[in-house]
Amino acid sequence: MTEGWLYIQAEVYPALLKGFWVSLQLIAPSALLGLAIGIMVGVLRIYGNRPVMAAANTFVAIFRGIPLVVQLFIWYFGLPHIGIYLSPFVASVLGFSLCSGAYHSEYIRGALLSIKRGQMLAAQSLGFSKVRMIISIILPQAIRRALPGCGNEIIYLIKYSSLAYMITCIELTGQGKILASNSFKYTEVFLMIGACYLVMTSVATIVLGRMEERLRIPGFEHRRT
Amino acid sequence: MTTPILRIENISKRYGKKDVLKGASLDVNKGDLKILIGPSGAGKSTLLQCINFLVKPDEGRIWLDEQEVHYANKRDLYAYRQKVGMIFQDFNLFDHLTALENVRIGMVRVKGMGKAEAGERAVLELERVGLKEHMQKYPAQLSGGQKQRVSIARALAMDPKVMLLDEPTSALDPELIGEVHAVIRDLGNNGMTMIMATHQIGFASSLASEILFMEDGRILERGTPDKIFNHAENARTQEFCSKITELYGERG
Ligand SMILES: Nc1ncnc2c1ncn2[C@@H]1O[C@H](COP(=O)(O)OP(=O)(O)OP(=O)(O)O)[C@@H](O)[C@H]1O
Ligand SMILES: [Mg+2]
Repeated sequence: MTEGWLYIQAEVYPALLKGFWVSLQLIAPSALLGLAIGIMVGVLRIYGNRPVMAAANTFVAIFRGIPLVVQLFIWYFGLPHIGIYLSPFVASVLGFSLCSGAYHSEYIRGALLSIKRGQMLAAQSLGFSKVRMIISIILPQAIRRALPGCGNEIIYLIKYSSLAYMITCIELTGQGKILASNSFKYTEVFLMIGACYLVMTSVATIVLGRMEERLRIPGFEHRRT
Repeated sequence: MTTPILRIENISKRYGKKDVLKGASLDVNKGDLKILIGPSGAGKSTLLQCINFLVKPDEGRIWLDEQEVHYANKRDLYAYRQKVGMIFQDFNLFDHLTALENVRIGMVRVKGMGKAEAGERAVLELERVGLKEHMQKYPAQLSGGQKQRVSIARALAMDPKVMLLDEPTSALDPELIGEVHAVIRDLGNNGMTMIMATHQIGFASSLASEILFMEDGRILERGTPDKIFNHAENARTQEFCSKITELYGERG
C-alpha cells in the first residue's frame, strides 16, 4: 500500500501533471483556431461565390473525411518530404484545428441557413454591404444557434487531443502510456488518466454552459436537454 | 412645374416564364403618399422591392433627385438604399438586438456615426413612435404593433427621402393596426414621401395623394381616392374596389 502510494507520489503525479499541462496547451489554441476556421469556412460555404464555395466544401470533405491520425501522420511525417518540418506540438495543433474547423463549419452552416431571409432584406434595405451584414447581423444570430453544436465539437476535441502522442507530442495519454509500460500498472494509471479527461470535459461543459447563458437573448433560447 | 423626387420608369421583372412586372412607371413628388392596391399576386411587393433593388429588375430605370441610380455599382446602391427606407409586412427587426440597438445599428455600421450620437438619435426616433419606455426590449418581447413601430423608427433614423411600406399592418391584429396607422399618418403630416401597398382602403383614401390600382404586373389605373373608389373607369378597378370595401369596411 505505502509502496504504491510512494510510486504515485514520486512518478505518476509529476508525469501526469506535465502531461495534463501539455494537453491543455494543445487544446486551448486548437479550440480557438478551430472555431475561427469553422466560422470562416461556414460563411464561405453559404455566402461565397461558386469557386469559393466549392473550395470550402472540398476543405470540409477532406478534413472531415480522413481519419485524424492519418492527418497527423501526414503533417508530421509527410511534410518533411517537401522540406517542411513541424514540431510534434505544431503538427498536432495544426491537425486538430483543421479537423475541428471542418466540423464547426457544419454547425455554423446549419445555423446560417436557419436565419430568416427577412433579416437580410432588412439589413440590405438599410444600406448594409454584404460583408457588414454577415458580420453585424447574420453571424451574431447564427453563432448563438450554433453554440450547442460547437460546444459538442470542443468536448470531442478534448478527447481526440490524446492522438497527439502518436506523433510523439507527449501529452496526458502519452505520459500515461510511458508510465504504464514501465510499471505494468495499466489499470491504475489509465483510470487516473480517464479521470483527468473527465475533469477537463466537465469544466468545458460548465464553461460552455455559462457562455450560452451569457449570450442568451429572448427569442434565442435553446431547449435544455 | 415640380420635378419628381423619385422617378420610376418602365420597371419589368420576370421569374422564369412569368412576367411579374410589365413595365411599371411612376413619378413621386416630394410629400406624396402613393398607395398601391390590387389583388394578391398583382406585383405590389415585387414593385416595391424593385424600387430599392432588393429584387433586381430586368428592365427599367430609377432616378432619385434627378440622379439615376446605377445599382450595379455597389457604392451607389448602398448609398441609395440609405435614402429609401423600407417597411416590411413581417417587420424584420433584427432578432438579436434590442429596440434601441435595432434603430442604432444602421447609423453606426452603415453611416459610421459614433455609438453615443447614434444612440441619442435612436432614442429620439423611438420617442417619436411612442416606444421610448420599451427601448431595452428584444423583438421577442414586443407586440406586433410595437415591432412595426420600431421598424419605422429604424428606417427613419437613416434620414430617408422616401419610404416604401409593404402592407405594414396586414400581419397585425385589428386592435394593433391603429397605433401603426397613427405613426404613418404622422409621417405623412410631416411631409414624408411614401409609397405604400395596403388593403386598408379607409386609411388609404383619407391620406393618399394618389391611388394606383395594380393588376397582373401593370398599373391599370391611377387617380385620387375619390376617382378610384367612386368613379373608376376600368371595370377591373371597380370590381376590386367594391370587393375590398366589403372586406375592409367603410372608407373613412
Ligand atoms: N421569388 C419569386 N420567385 C418566383 N415567383 C415569384 C417570386 N416572388 C414573387 N413571385 C410571383 O410574382 C407575382 C407577384 O408577387 P407579389 O408578391 O409582388 O404580389 P403582391 O401584389 O405583393 O401580392 P400580395 O397582395 O399577396 O402581397 C406572384 O405571382 C408571385 O407568385
Ligand atoms: Mg405583397
